[in-house]
Amino acid sequence: MSITRETVEQAARLARLTVAEEDKDRLAGELSAILGFVEQLDAINTDDVEPLTSVVGATARMRKDVVNAGDYPERVLANAPDRVTDFYAVPKVVE
Amino acid sequence: MSELNRLTIAEARQGMSEGKFSSVELTQSCVDAMEARADLGAYITPTPEAALEAAAEADKKRATGEEGALLGIPLGIKDLFCTEGVQTTAASRILEGFKPTYESTVTSNLLRDGAVFLGKLNLDEFAMGSSNTTSYYGNVVNPWQSSEKPDMQLVPGGSSGGSASAVAARLCLGATGTDTGGSIRQPAAFCGITGLKPTYGRCSRWGVVAFASSLDQAGPMARSVEDCGILLGSMAGYDPMDTTSVDTPVPDYTAELGAGVKGLKIGIPKEYRVDGMPEEIEKLWMETADKLRDQGAEIVDISLPHTHSALPAYYIVAPAEASSNLARYDGVRYGFRADAPEGLPEFSSLEEMYATTRAEGFGPEVQRRIMIGAYVLSAGFYDAYYNKARRVRTLIAKDFTDAFGQVDAILTPTTPSPAFGITEEPTGVEMYMNDVFTVPASMAGIPGISVPVGLSKAGLPLGVQLLGKPFEEVGLLRVAQAVESAAGFSATPQLMA
Repeated sequence: MSITRETVEQAARLARLTVAEEDKDRLAGELSAILGFVEQLDAINTDDVEPLTSVVGATARMRKDVVNAGDYPERVLANAPDRVTDFYAVPKVVE
Repeated sequence: MSELNRLTIAEARQGMSEGKFSSVELTQSCVDAMEARADLGAYITPTPEAALEAAAEADKKRATGEEGALLGIPLGIKDLFCTEGVQTTAASRILEGFKPTYESTVTSNLLRDGAVFLGKLNLDEFAMGSSNTTSYYGNVVNPWQSSEKPDMQLVPGGSSGGSASAVAARLCLGATGTDTGGSIRQPAAFCGITGLKPTYGRCSRWGVVAFASSLDQAGPMARSVEDCGILLGSMAGYDPMDTTSVDTPVPDYTAELGAGVKGLKIGIPKEYRVDGMPEEIEKLWMETADKLRDQGAEIVDISLPHTHSALPAYYIVAPAEASSNLARYDGVRYGFRADAPEGLPEFSSLEEMYATTRAEGFGPEVQRRIMIGAYVLSAGFYDAYYNKARRVRTLIAKDFTDAFGQVDAILTPTTPSPAFGITEEPTGVEMYMNDVFTVPASMAGIPGISVPVGLSKAGLPLGVQLLGKPFEEVGLLRVAQAVESAAGFSATPQLMA
């Protein structure tokens, strides 16, 4: 499948990435090459095959429904680029 | 004492317990080595002062009779493991300056057993790559040099390239790595060291920066099979913080070392002969099989029919999971945040801030992969791509289950080539071919180990890979050690400290 500039824009929007105009054709080519490579899977018959969910066959484990972490805002906010009291802060946005 | 940094972990343990040298002396020798070979770019964040303090602490403990499997052993930590108070970058600009307020379970386990951390090792950005050329913090150089082109800098492989380069150049006694599609085994092969990817679920992923959660697995990289066993014994274990970690006892991984391979069946999969693979790799592979046969193993031809579907399926599953995992980097909670566009006081929307931060914070390979991931997971394509890849994954896993009905372990080459030049590296899908032999085991979740067995014509190390049954690392290490002792690999890299 060949990826168009429009598809690049759509994928970039979904991935929340700004893409410069001049990069769109290059990306279209690169993404097309990867999708072209993976499309060889179409030749494999998987009609009666279940999708693999866990490689080790582990089952979900139950645990007690209790609070076991938290109440340490300083640790949580220690790496925030910006904060106001105990909240993350973002730049003012006027839409 | 000089050259303590060149000891194996087993030798260093022995030396310290006999009082021949202290952890401070051993650690100082690694710190000196790191400084002497800083040009390899192996460490993003060296922590020499903290290491020497921890070493002094270890010596004090030893003096009071305390013990620990890794007491006073200096290790390097791949910069994908969160280390409390020490910058953890995943080799990305987007995590520059990030200092975790908690310790990953794997590194906690190593600290519990007395290990000394020398610093954080370079890698491909978010562990995406096979050459360690995608790091925001610079390339890692392979300490080996080609006799044909001695002036050319070679890649160490990736993504655990800093770990492999540091272990090979003797800048630490061992290191942690992580392996999603070959990121421990391929760089181990390129740098002439031993690297083990355990069974998925054997080591906790908690505190390891996530790439592709259904594939990521931490493992040891060291200069001997025994050292890998010692490290795994410390790293492994059930962790309630990781729902995919498996609650099964941690055995002594060195228990069967030296038991040999007599009576074991070793499979040779015909699909691992690929076009364009150098003859010298095929030759070393077959010689290794012959040596195992000489030691009493039975060599069995097997087939893993879906081998060549693993790589394309991987390039759906891994980017899809990465696009989801990397959604958390938005410039709000930690790491890098972009400035408003030049000349403007502010962004026009919150989404613009996210998208600008991510475009400036992620490198080109990461951006490509998360775009592919977002695309294959998008409405209308999910079934055709992601679910198709998961179905193929079931077939790949079944190939191995069937094979292990016949054989005890599988022997393959680790990589289809030796290390290549940093300036000669292949691009795009061709680069992805580096992982053609390592990805199938990742997709099936089974353990694999790369062991150095010889040198190419140009004097570069080549490795073979052994694959084993899930959670049977003890037996896998036993076979690996038989390969190691039969190969007698003792060559050392030119740029060694």
